[in-house]
Amino acid sequence: MIHRLRLAELIDKLSRRECSAREAMAACLLQMDRVDSQVHAFLSVDRDNAMAQADAADRALASGVTHREKPLLGVPIALKDVLCHQGQPLNCSSKILGTFRSPYDATVVAKLKEAGATVFGRLNMDEFAMGSSTENSAFFTTLNPWDTSRIPGGSSGGCAASVAANECFASLGSDTGGSIRQPAALCGCVGMKPTYGRVSRYGLVAFASSLDQIGPFTKDVRDGAILLQAISGYDRRDSTSMREPVPEYTASLTGNLRGLKIGLAKEFMVGGLDPEVDAAVKRAVRHLESLGAEIVEVSLPHSDYAVATYYIIATAEASANLARFDGIRYGARVEGSDPFQLNSRTRGSGFGAEVKRRIILGTYVLSSGYYDAYYLRAQKVRTLIRQDFLKAFESVDAIVSPTTPTAAFKVGEKSGDPLQMYLSDIFTISCNLAGNCGISLPCGFTSSPKLPIGLQVLGKPFGEETMLRIAHAYEQSTPWHREVAPLG
Amino acid sequence: MEYEAVIGLETHVQLKTLSKMWCGCANEFGASPNSNVCPVCLGFPGVLPVANEQALRLTVLTGLLLNCSIPSRAKFDRKNYFYPDSAKNYQVTQYDQPSTREGWIDFESGGRLETVRITRAHLEEDVGKNVHFERCSGVDFNRAGVPLLEIVSEPEICSADMACDYLNALTDILVRGGISDCDMEKGMVRCDVNVSVRPKGSKALGAKIEIKNMNTFSGVRRALDYEIPRQIAAVQRGERLAQETRRWDDIGGITESMRSKEDAHDYRYFPEPDLMPFEPSDSWLAQVRAQVVELPLARKRRFMEQFQLPPSDAQALTDDDAAGNYFQRIVAGHRSPKTIANWVINNLKGKLAESGFSFGELQFPEVGIPQLVDLVEAGKISTTMAQEVFLEMFRTGELPGGIVERRGLSQVSDAGAIEALCRQVIEANPKSADDFRAGRGAALNFLKGQVMKLSKGKANPGVVGDVLERLLNG
Ligand SMILES: [Zn+2]
Repeated sequence: MIHRLRLAELIDKLSRRECSAREAMAACLLQMDRVDSQVHAFLSVDRDNAMAQADAADRALASGVTHREKPLLGVPIALKDVLCHQGQPLNCSSKILGTFRSPYDATVVAKLKEAGATVFGRLNMDEFAMGSSTENSAFFTTLNPWDTSRIPGGSSGGCAASVAANECFASLGSDTGGSIRQPAALCGCVGMKPTYGRVSRYGLVAFASSLDQIGPFTKDVRDGAILLQAISGYDRRDSTSMREPVPEYTASLTGNLRGLKIGLAKEFMVGGLDPEVDAAVKRAVRHLESLGAEIVEVSLPHSDYAVATYYIIATAEASANLARFDGIRYGARVEGSDPFQLNSRTRGSGFGAEVKRRIILGTYVLSSGYYDAYYLRAQKVRTLIRQDFLKAFESVDAIVSPTTPTAAFKVGEKSGDPLQMYLSDIFTISCNLAGNCGISLPCGFTSSPKLPIGLQVLGKPFGEETMLRIAHAYEQSTPWHREVAPLG
Repeated sequence: MEYEAVIGLETHVQLKTLSKMWCGCANEFGASPNSNVCPVCLGFPGVLPVANEQALRLTVLTGLLLNCSIPSRAKFDRKNYFYPDSAKNYQVTQYDQPSTREGWIDFESGGRLETVRITRAHLEEDVGKNVHFERCSGVDFNRAGVPLLEIVSEPEICSADMACDYLNALTDILVRGGISDCDMEKGMVRCDVNVSVRPKGSKALGAKIEIKNMNTFSGVRRALDYEIPRQIAAVQRGERLAQETRRWDDIGGITESMRSKEDAHDYRYFPEPDLMPFEPSDSWLAQVRAQVVELPLARKRRFMEQFQLPPSDAQALTDDDAAGNYFQRIVAGHRSPKTIANWVINNLKGKLAESGFSFGELQFPEVGIPQLVDLVEAGKISTTMAQEVFLEMFRTGELPGGIVERRGLSQVSDAGAIEALCRQVIEANPKSADDFRAGRGAALNFLKGQVMKLSKGKANPGVVGDVLERLLNG
């Protein structure tokens, strides 16, 4: 049952030599063999490469290397298909990259390797991280381990499902508008979006550069803190990464909330919220209060504009970021009579409908004559949203809300209605626009079917310690994180 | 009606940096195709740009050399367009907040001092190079991501000649400042020419016609020599010229339309989210400022004023930077700068060229030439003798004073000693003495020569002339 261990528990066992890195990796692969045919979290796994890394970790352990030196030594961690892993396929769940393999490691991958982790697998996602259900993957839809007729959320659906199904001890995903927190909520695991600039984006295939941030999916909050520790810090390859010192995150997990002020944004208590989600989050707030936190109402007056603002800025940046996929230097190519035809044919057949929709939208909002009305205005609103948060954070240490308005929906339920799909991110999007950090953790279940409900804790910019402290205290005094998906 | 041309130039210059703009690849010309490339400059998925600080420095340095203001904040933007030589299908450039703006450049043109204002000089990246084979095409990305400076002039140039003088002056400044090698052969300088015509005296600007991608200055001249009369003829026929982009056909010697205003690209500029705005600190700026060198024209004018050199000498010492620097060092405090300049320009440069040495490899100390001039001016040696001393100094590194003393070359000015020699020569050449007395002045020179010969060149020629005349007339 190694695969059911939490990351911290595995580290304990590995360091006491009660299990080997090879056994840990093999346990993940065995679990994949058992359940991935139902969940479809993985696009591919290079088993030989994974086992070779595990063996190297065992050799290091045998030679006396400790987890103090290499904190993740021997821990299998899986990657969303948007993170570059040298020599491994990189598709972003799109057809357009063809048989492309990344020639280099993303900074986070290099850091995981440096910490001794066994980095493996390509986890399914919405194509180029555009979507909230993995239904936009060009290959297949990942299914929710709690109910395989439902989606796992997205875009990092494979990351959440693989952790919830115990196919890996943790995974790394990316969050542009909620792509980590939303699937974590729907799959009942912990998903964290660090502060913009906390984690290097080098080697993360960009969707929207000013919003993207890499973060961990874990089975509990402590595991999230451990992984955040390993991947954080300034990187000279990413000019937007910050020189902010990296604190000892696990040291902040005191279990004590006394003296903390937690905000409830009145704008987040909106209609359209599923009653069971609403009730679970209200209970969670009362619970936080019982743990010693002071609950304060705050206002984020520009929240109504967040979704619209997001879909202008994100698509504008995406329209440029995705322009490089032209079939000329790498990836799939459809020939044409000239480079222009080659380009349009390659993109026409390589991109899926949602990606095309967003590229067209982004191209439009940047076009001459529309730039001021859309892009420039959206940037101004973004500034207002950021100021809302900074103002709110003057009076509170963190803000809590539901992560999603509903629990996991059925496959196909919203795929015909992009706008409905976009609205499933309404609680998570502001955090990317403002650039602060956020985490989702389980706070209960719907009754029938039994589906996880996520609580979102939003922290100040570089306020991960306090955010983790709140999430951890809540988690450890509630039973939800011990629940296991029926598949797992 | 008489018409005049209004010309503005956008000059693209590759910066002289070791590495490319966003990655560590070498900025090097002539490497085999796609050998100086990496995931960043190939636009691979997941890569991010990191600005080359030396390129930022050279950009600001250019701004200082071109009298520009340096805004406290500059940023990069993405310029979106598809072309196979572009690795990302957007070019990172500086759109509305460039690193430098509003300067000017002084230069000589048609014997006059001209000033053209500089709108801005901004930093961007070069693209790859398309190569066409018989059956297919390829792209060489060695050049992709090389830092490129775009220097935009105001439309204040009014002829092809002036355009070329501007370009020569600009590239002179950039080479002198260490900004760029400006090697046209290697494609380091490219130029877009904006030209329109208007009735002479009119202040309004005509329809702007842009000729794209000129890569030689002679091409710019020929294109303007074609384009200006073409536009004037069209206007005189009563045509209305429309804004358009044209291409220069170097073989045909004509410009032809590429696209009209309606077909103009919409580049959809927006701020580059992968790079932070650049806000140079005072100490950073001070470091760049310390690298500012004197510009060629300023040096020429200073040499003319400070040392009273004629324009031709000042120009020669400006064209050859090393000679100018050497001159400056040795002339300090000397009362005859013009003579020193002559020695540097007429003697030293020639010997250096002949021997293949540089100024840094000179055998003799820097006091050599001033000392030589002093010896001549003090009447110690004749100018003829000075030539000989110079050659020996150049060969051996020995100072002139030492050479003159060691070889006993000191000029004889003692009238008594000279008079003895003169009497000897007059006696030996009675015919010439008679000729002189009969009024044929040329005979004196012959006698003078004989005296000099007798003295082995050491007699002071002025004194010899005086003594001879006195003896012959007396
Ligand atoms: Zn490179």
